[in-house]
Amino acid sequence: MHNNGEKLIGSEIFFECLRRENVEYIFGYPGGALLKVYETLHDVEDIKHILVRHEQGATHMAEGYARATGRPGVVLVTSGPGATNTVTGITNAYMDSTPLVVFTGQVPSSLIGNDAFQEADIVGITRPITKHNFLVKDVKELATTISKAFYLATNGRPGPVLVDMPKDVLNAECVFEWPESVEIRGFKPTIKCHANQVQKAAKMIAKAKRPLFYIGGGVISAEASEELRKLAIDQQIPVTMTLQGLGAFPGDHPLSMGMLGMHGTYWANQAVSNCDLLIAVGARFDDRVTGKVDTFATQAYKIHNDIDPTNVDKNIKVDLPVVGDSKDFLASLIEAMPKTKEDRSSWLSEIEAWRKQCPLDYAVEQDSLKTEFVIDEVSKQTRGHAVVVTDVGQHQMWTSQYYKFTEPRSIITSGGLGTMGFGLPSAIGAAFGVTDRPVVLFSGDGGLMMNIQELVTAVYNKLPVKIFLINNSYLGMVRQWQELFHQEKYSFTDLAASNPDFVKVAEAFGCKAMSASNPESARNAITEALAYNDGPVLVDFRVVRKDMVFPMVPAGGSISDMLLARLNPKTMV
Amino acid sequence: MKHLISVLVENKFGTLNRVAAMFSARGFNLESISIGETEDPEISRMTIVTRGEDRIISQVLKQLNRLVDTIKVTDLTHQPHVERELLLLSLKLSKSTQHEIFELANVFKGKVVDIKQKSITIEFVGSPDKINTAIDLFKPFGIRELARSGAVAIHRGES
Ligand SMILES: Cc1ncc(C[n+]2csc(CCOP(=O)(O)OP(=O)(O)O)c2C)c(N)n1
Ligand SMILES: [Mg+2]
Repeated sequence: MHNNGEKLIGSEIFFECLRRENVEYIFGYPGGALLKVYETLHDVEDIKHILVRHEQGATHMAEGYARATGRPGVVLVTSGPGATNTVTGITNAYMDSTPLVVFTGQVPSSLIGNDAFQEADIVGITRPITKHNFLVKDVKELATTISKAFYLATNGRPGPVLVDMPKDVLNAECVFEWPESVEIRGFKPTIKCHANQVQKAAKMIAKAKRPLFYIGGGVISAEASEELRKLAIDQQIPVTMTLQGLGAFPGDHPLSMGMLGMHGTYWANQAVSNCDLLIAVGARFDDRVTGKVDTFATQAYKIHNDIDPTNVDKNIKVDLPVVGDSKDFLASLIEAMPKTKEDRSSWLSEIEAWRKQCPLDYAVEQDSLKTEFVIDEVSKQTRGHAVVVTDVGQHQMWTSQYYKFTEPRSIITSGGLGTMGFGLPSAIGAAFGVTDRPVVLFSGDGGLMMNIQELVTAVYNKLPVKIFLINNSYLGMVRQWQELFHQEKYSFTDLAASNPDFVKVAEAFGCKAMSASNPESARNAITEALAYNDGPVLVDFRVVRKDMVFPMVPAGGSISDMLLARLNPKTMV
Repeated sequence: MKHLISVLVENKFGTLNRVAAMFSARGFNLESISIGETEDPEISRMTIVTRGEDRIISQVLKQLNRLVDTIKVTDLTHQPHVERELLLLSLKLSKSTQHEIFELANVFKGKVVDIKQKSITIEFVGSPDKINTAIDLFKPFGIRELARSGAVAIHRGES
């Protein structure tokens, strides 16, 4: 602990600032430009540094930590290759609005621009993928810059911020002054929603016959689930959620319609296509949600609340924009609603009919294992209370369909960027942040290999992450598109001949591991894995290889027009 | 349609790059961009000329606002404003064209800034439309080189 007015060097100021920001964990990896920082770190005890095995792992861990806890994730990497290795994670955080502060070492100021050893213009590289970034040119600016970075990452729409710190700045001395408040004149997000707009929204909701909530990750980052729950139940408005919005409303409630969009439920997409009022909250009308925009929710009056004004009217023209924080929006709406209530029972029974028409279900066979069964079983055994992390692919979509998310901050997944390799490290990050709920990872066999090195981090830190490997020995999602839309040319998606023995791999890392290939052994493996808390455990689920995720909206199609099962590919375009 | 946007930005290194990169990343048209310090040395004014339908322009304005280094974004297009551009035009010069060049330069209130045996450089200030016309009319004399500043603009009146 250092006081204002003390003379400190840059690297000491760095840790003192993190202390002032209440940072618990740094996910990092040392190198030449950071030698002084790691020298200082040697004697820091209150902030825990987690040594990763690849800087991409560090960024995803920080993301997992941030999404599980709501607090910013912190990354520390060296210049050049250390910095460039963070680019995918930073982009991922940018697309999914996850608060991160990434610190990069930089070559000494005098060498910047000289193509110095391990120099990369990381500020230039990350400009389009950060909310903002900084190069610290003088040690006197270090403390204010760090406080600005945390402020920017966490206020308004959350996102990643990068701070580049040249080696000489970290070695230079100055008087430490922690700024009492942050003032950035170009950054004034609108938090409070306009009262008139809220009043109008309340009127529209009160008279709507067929209203529908379309909820995105913004509701979770705004911690507005309670307000949503109250309003939806009170007004009897069904709720559909995006991939990032799952858990904002309890999935086991009759008003929950699950996910909408490309692999959403049939009834959610039908409801979107037939509603007369669509209330989008903290969602951004992403193309995976809307399908063909001209046919999206054409009968609906559209209300859109988002904290980022650029999201409004970007993909879909809305009738009533309400810029502001989603918690403020929903809380003010609750206040503004008239006492009289519209009877919504016929709308709800219409939706029920769609649900019955095309339910989500699967057949269980005794001698083979389906992914749906594994996810359903994990959902049941954890009673929907786990923190569920996924990688990217078929298993991810099945997770969104079959895991019954009951509370916010329960799904951690790469939505916007669709980053394979996100799963394992972000599950590790989540496990650092959350200790009172199990952390469960569903990963594909393709994606697990992309950051498998982080098993070391999980084992060394004895993190009880349940690594549920959905092993179909295929790049399943790509294989599905090849089967449906590319003349069954299975080009480079069959991994059967090249995949390693994952149980052996895990064991070599010192990780408990087992495998399962039928419902019976799967159920037992899940029970055993959930009960094991001395470190990570991997279960290699040998699932049927060629299943496809349905229902599905083909790319660019209307969401009212879903593929419900495999059709003859010859008849498809 | 064409829009003229005036942006006050932090006078820091990289700001121009942030704005220009945002335009290219989002596929917005960027016809011209000019930047210079204001009366406050910490703040620069950028004048941007872009084109697009209303929906796009509204995105352009919002995306500009979203950048942390932008302080104020104003679409001057439908407000009273003065818009000017500077043109430096270097022409081939010969005995036979000399007279006509001077006369035409006078019409456009041009100022000769350099003259040699076989070349002349004239400075023009005016609205971009006027600059375009000048360039068209001088073309037949043989343009050696030209440089345009891009538009700068400011509110007219006291509001
Ligand atoms: C880094 C990266 N590379 C490529 C892709 C394209 N891609 C999307 S899903 C997928 C297949 C994933 O296979 P696997 O991890 O085994 O999961 P499965 O679909 O089989 O469940 C691929 C290659 C991607 N999303 N990310
Ligand atoms: Mg697979």
